[in-house]
Amino acid sequence: MDTRKYLITFLITATIFGTAVFTSNILSGKKLEDVRSIGNRVSLDILASEIQFALLEETSCQDIGPGFLSKELGPLGERIAYAENQGAGFSTADLASLKRSYFLLEIKDYLLMKRLTEKCAIEPTFILYFYTSEGRCRDCERIGHVLTTLRERHPELRVYSFDGSFDLEAIRTLQNIYKMENEAPAMVINGRPYYGFYSVEELESEVPAIALLAAQRAATLKMLEEEASATSTPQQR
Amino acid sequence: MAEIQSVILYFTLFVTLFFEIFLLITYFEVREELKLEEKLLNKGISRYPSVSIVVPCFNEEKTVASTVESLLSLDYPQDKLSLILVDDGSSDGTWQVLKRYGGHPGIEIYTKENGGKTSVLNFALERIQTDLVGCLDADSFVDPGALKVIVPYFEDPEIMSVIPSIKVHQPKSVLQQMQKIEYSWGVFLRRMLSSIGALYVTPGPFSIFRRQVFSDLGGYRHAHHTEDMELAMRMQKNRYRIVNSHRAHVYTVAPAKLGALVKQRVRWTYGFLNNALDYREMFFKRQYGHIGIFILPIATLSVFATLLATGNMLWRIADKVSDWILKYQTVGFRFRLPDVSSFNWYFLNTGVISFITLSVIMLTLAILFLALRMANGRAEFSKALLYYLTLYVLIVPIWLAKAVFSTVFRRNITWR
Repeated sequence: MDTRKYLITFLITATIFGTAVFTSNILSGKKLEDVRSIGNRVSLDILASEIQFALLEETSCQDIGPGFLSKELGPLGERIAYAENQGAGFSTADLASLKRSYFLLEIKDYLLMKRLTEKCAIEPTFILYFYTSEGRCRDCERIGHVLTTLRERHPELRVYSFDGSFDLEAIRTLQNIYKMENEAPAMVINGRPYYGFYSVEELESEVPAIALLAAQRAATLKMLEEEASATSTPQQR
Repeated sequence: MAEIQSVILYFTLFVTLFFEIFLLITYFEVREELKLEEKLLNKGISRYPSVSIVVPCFNEEKTVASTVESLLSLDYPQDKLSLILVDDGSSDGTWQVLKRYGGHPGIEIYTKENGGKTSVLNFALERIQTDLVGCLDADSFVDPGALKVIVPYFEDPEIMSVIPSIKVHQPKSVLQQMQKIEYSWGVFLRRMLSSIGALYVTPGPFSIFRRQVFSDLGGYRHAHHTEDMELAMRMQKNRYRIVNSHRAHVYTVAPAKLGALVKQRVRWTYGFLNNALDYREMFFKRQYGHIGIFILPIATLSVFATLLATGNMLWRIADKVSDWILKYQTVGFRFRLPDVSSFNWYFLNTGVISFITLSVIMLTLAILFLALRMANGRAEFSKALLYYLTLYVLIVPIWLAKAVFSTVFRRNITWR
C-alpha cells in the first residue's frame, strides 16, 4: 500500500485547511478593525457633539445642525449584532469588548440627546430597549422587528438597544434609574417602562411620543397625496 | 453540544477534502496507466477465451429481446460465446420471448421456479464450462465492442474479474437525465478505484469473471439483495484482483420515476451497509490495501456524513423559515429587494467552514468535469448537468435515510 500517497494527500489537505484558517483570521482581523474604526468615529462624533453642546450655553438651539448626533451608531450596532448572531470570527473576548464600548457609546449618545431635548424643548423621540442574549427570547426577536419597522416609518426615532444580561454596571444603573424589573423584552419610552411584546400599532396608539410621530407622518402623507392628485387632475375651464 | 457538532463538521470536511484530493492524485497516476492500456488493447487478442453470458430474467418481456440482440451483436467469435437465458418463473410473457431463441446456436434457454437473481446465477453457473463467465441484467444492453476491450485484461493471470463502464440507456425523463450525470461520475470513480485495487462492486451488467473465481470461492450469495457487492467484497478479502475497463460500455435502463429510483437506491445503500458490516474485519487492515484502509471506511462514513450535513441544512432552513414566520406574524409581509448599493463585504460569511466548504465544492466541480470528459469524451453544460446539480442533493438523503433506518432497525427491504 502506498503510504507516501496518503502522506502527500494529508499534506495538501492540511495546507488547504491551514490556508482557510489563515485567510479567515486575516478577514476577521479586518472586520474587527472596521468595527473598531466605526466605534472610534462614533466616539469622536459624540465628543464633538458634547463640545458643541457645551458651547450652546453661549449660543442658541438654532445653531444645532442635522449632523449633531452621530449617524454611525446604527451601522456599528448592525455589525456587532451580525458578529454576535451570524459569527464574524471574533473571539468571545473581542466581541464582549465591542459590545461593552457600543453600549457605553449608546448611553453617552442617549444622555446627550436627553440634555438636548430638555434644553431646546424638543419632544423626545427615543426608546431604550432591553433584550437578553441568554437563551432564546422570541418576544425580543419580535420586538426587534417592531422597532426596525418603526425606525423605517419614523427615521427621527432613535432606538438604543441594550443587552440586559450583559455584565455592564452602566446598563444596571440605567435600569435602576427607571426602576425596571429584570424582564426582557423591556422598553423605556419617555421615562415610562413597558414590558413584554407590543405591536407597531399598539406602540403608535398607546405611546404618546410615537403617536405624535404617527400623526405627523399621516398628515405629511395626506398632504403629499393631495398635492399629487392636484397635479394629476386636468384643469377645468 | 455546539462544540461536538463543530468537531464533527470539521472532521467530515477534512475527510471529504482528503478523499477528493486522493481521487485527483489517483487521476494523474491513472493518465499514465490509460496510455499503457491503449497499447495493450491495440495489440489485439492473441487467444480468444471462451465466454458464457448469463441473462437472468424476471418479468422482462419488454426489454429482454433487445438485451439478447445486443449480446448477439457482440464483436466476438461466435464459437467462443455462449448465452444462457434463464427465466426465473416470470408471470408475464418473458418465457415466450426466450423460446424464440431456443434453436439459436450458442444459446441455451431455461425456465425455473422463481428464486431470485442469486438462484438464477447459481443455476447457470452449474452448467457453465467456459473460461470466462459474465452476467447481463435483462434491462441492460452491451456495446458491440465491449467484450473485445474486456478480454485482453485477462492476459494478466492475476486479474480475476473485469467490470465495464455503465451508462444510462436513452435518458428521457428528468430523473433519467440526472442519473446520466451520476453514472458518468460512477465511470470515473470506478476507474480510479480500479487503479488502486479498491473496487467493491462487480455490477450485474456485464462484469466478467474467470470461472475459477466461483470454483475457488463458491457461487453467489443472497447478500441483502446485492450479490454483486458481496461477491466483490469476498474477492477483495481473498485478494482476487478486480479491474475496470472504462472503454467497455454497457447501457442500462435507469428508473424514470422517483419511487422506483428510491427503491433501487435504498436496496443498493442497504446492501452496501450490510455487506460492509459482514466484511467489517477488512476495515483499517493494511493487508487489504486501499480498500480496507481507506475506501470501505470512507464509503461508509460518507453515508452518515451526508445524512448529518442534510440534517444540519434542514435545521438551518427550518430555523430561517421560523424566523420569517415570526417576522410575518409580527409586522406582516414586507418584501424589499436587497439594496446592492449598500453592499458591504463585512456581512459576507468569511468563517473557516465557508472557505473549506468552498474548496470542497470547487474540487467536486473539477472532479465532475474530469468525470464527464472521461465518460463522454467532453464536458459541457447541459440540462442533465443542471438537473444533477440541483436535484440530486435533494433526493439522495431520502434513500440514505431509509437504508440506514432499515439497517439499524433490522427491517428487510425488497428487490422490487
